[in-house]
Amino acid sequence: MSTPTQQELDEYRAEANAWFAQNTPKDPGFMLPLTFMEVGTEQQFNFLREWQNKVYEAGYIGAAWPKEYGGRGLDQKFQDIAAREMKKADTPIMLNAIGNSWAGPLILDLGTEAEKKKYLKGILSAEDIWCQGFSEPDHGSDLGNAQTRAVKEGNEYVINGSKIWTTQGNFAKYMILLARTNPNAENKYAGLSFFLAPMHAKGVETVPIRKLTGEYGFTQTFFTDARIPEDTLMGEEGEGWKIAMRTLEYERGARQGQAGGHVMKQMDPSDILDIARKATINGKPAIEDPDIRKELVELLSEARGLQLSASRAGIQPLVQDNPLSLPLSLKLLNSEYIRRLNQFAIKLQGLKGAYYIDEPNGFDKGIWQRGYLNAFSATIGGGTSQIQRNIIGEHVLGLPKTR
Amino acid sequence: MTKTAKSERATLGVSEEQAQLLDIATSFCRDKSPIDKVRRLLEDEQGFETADWQEMADLGWLGIAVPEEFGGIGLSLAEVVPVVEQMGRTLMSSPFVQTTLAAQLILKGGSAAQKSALLPDLASGTIATLALSEESADWDLTNLACTATDKGDELALSGKKLLVVFAASADLILATVSYQGAPAIVVLTKEQIAEGGLRRENIIDETRRSYELTLDGITVPKSALLPTENVLPALAHLELAASLLLAAEMCGGSVSVVNYTVEYLKTRKQFDKIIGSFQALKHPIVDAHTANEVARSHLYSAAHNFGEQGEGEIATRIAKAEANKAFAFSADRAIQFHGGFGFTYECDAQLYRRRSLWCEAQHGDTNYHQRKLEELML
Repeated sequence: MSTPTQQELDEYRAEANAWFAQNTPKDPGFMLPLTFMEVGTEQQFNFLREWQNKVYEAGYIGAAWPKEYGGRGLDQKFQDIAAREMKKADTPIMLNAIGNSWAGPLILDLGTEAEKKKYLKGILSAEDIWCQGFSEPDHGSDLGNAQTRAVKEGNEYVINGSKIWTTQGNFAKYMILLARTNPNAENKYAGLSFFLAPMHAKGVETVPIRKLTGEYGFTQTFFTDARIPEDTLMGEEGEGWKIAMRTLEYERGARQGQAGGHVMKQMDPSDILDIARKATINGKPAIEDPDIRKELVELLSEARGLQLSASRAGIQPLVQDNPLSLPLSLKLLNSEYIRRLNQFAIKLQGLKGAYYIDEPNGFDKGIWQRGYLNAFSATIGGGTSQIQRNIIGEHVLGLPKTR
Repeated sequence: MTKTAKSERATLGVSEEQAQLLDIATSFCRDKSPIDKVRRLLEDEQGFETADWQEMADLGWLGIAVPEEFGGIGLSLAEVVPVVEQMGRTLMSSPFVQTTLAAQLILKGGSAAQKSALLPDLASGTIATLALSEESADWDLTNLACTATDKGDELALSGKKLLVVFAASADLILATVSYQGAPAIVVLTKEQIAEGGLRRENIIDETRRSYELTLDGITVPKSALLPTENVLPALAHLELAASLLLAAEMCGGSVSVVNYTVEYLKTRKQFDKIIGSFQALKHPIVDAHTANEVARSHLYSAAHNFGEQGEGEIATRIAKAEANKAFAFSADRAIQFHGGFGFTYECDAQLYRRRSLWCEAQHGDTNYHQRKLEELML
């Protein structure tokens, strides 16, 4: 693949820009999820599936994946441009996030030829929705201790156990599944294996979990003597932990190769200024309130600080004291910040802070109220803020372990 | 969700010279300012060692932000930042910042003749300081009660200036006064100050020396005035330059006091456990550490953008406000987390907390800068 010329890239950008301007759906008349973790209704699901399929057919996701697996075989630069144009057009999110961003690049990276042929195109077209089965009800932060069992019987594995926080579990056709094949391995990690498991097998049942918002988006998945073919094992038995860690690198964006396109819409700090201008507190524009003005400056300053810290993390002379510090701190700082930003957006509404989703009398139909409650997914998921502080205290400051 | 134009992304970068100075200053300050020496200098009348000052001058540090044509190195305040940050880390004290700021004031506000006459001396180690504050305690540098009045060919000064740092060591003092109803800046020499014109003030940060300066009875030639038309922009520049270097000193101090406290948390045992394993101590010290990280990102963004119209002021005021908060929190918790030892003079936590109170009080506390930022950002 030759390096694309600036002209080629510019032309591609103009085409993508025009396509998204033309094709971005208008308001569907119901509330769309802001993240892939909030797909709670069939209506939302069908709408977003159709949208991803349309974007795929136009070539704006999976553009850098090989042609033989359903991609376009273009340089990554093209995909990056498409993703930026998609974001700029403020389109709905890409539905099949776990397929597009985690399972897909993982299969491209470590999968067999047969696995690539079987799974990749269906991911991009959103025909095959993927979910992830890592966390268990009793093993959240301690993932390596996962207890879901996989026992080889003939040419099948028999799965028993339960997985939780399965995003889109009720819609998914496949799951990337971490299960224990050898309970007697020399350590807890060595007993784990990784499966590309079919969700429609007999004995697999999903039960929706109702979130604090009142909406759905996750399931708990139960395996009761569920039989899955032996060729759904990825790699070898005992390689599960290694493959799961690779998956987390894709999940956290530490490794490139995702299909592209945004899977989350986060509140932008500049949104808070718009809200402060529109909203009223006690009959007056919020932005005129002296206390509100002070808090706005603090929140906008903080947003800059986080963005600057992400930049500084890559500047060696400015992180030589402890290069691990910023990478380990940013998840904590960002997730807590977003939670407080959404909380403040409710405060800006004064009396109308009392309204909730879809209420016509509400401010912005209550989306910030929902945003605040959903923001806890990031301060709890992927290691709670309290666990993050332990990690920073122990791995960055060198304090002794808590426990 | 409504969309308005997203604000430009804030930027940060580091110059090769900044990185080099950071390395050099790190080892220099570690060598020259070990804690036992800091403690010894608390009792010293001058408050710093002349030999160290000379060495800084020899390294060219007093001319870092002075153009080459005036005998300096010709870099910018961005390159002064890592040096001051390291001084902050080691609680080092000297008239370095005051002399650097005096040079900035002359650079921005002086006539061609004043620049040629004064800058080469300042760049090579002549000590200078600033007499800005007054009884009103206003951070607005243009609110002045001290006056200069015409007296023949000369100017007669009157009033009192407060918090004139290292004045007893300074050969030059740049003082602000009201002249013909407008702010003015006069250059004073050591010889012009009357016997008893300086009274040492009792200040919270004992690593510094500060004086009350009585202007009454001092006369200076009119040539000591910086050109009138330059005064306001020069004072505006000075406020930001001082805020930038204070932010640097505070970021350094705040990192250092967290390190000092972490060492204690790693060794002190209670209930048969190292106390650093208790989350009641671990989590707040992590919060202090992450606040320091963010404050340092603001600092280097302010350094990087300092010369930029608009963006430079925003970045600098945020850097000062956030450094104020970070250092106050770190040093306050440092005292608490040292328990009974923290209540003693012997524990270094008090040195940092006293310094953070001093630094926050200079050139605007957090509220002051945030009010200015409201105008700039909202």
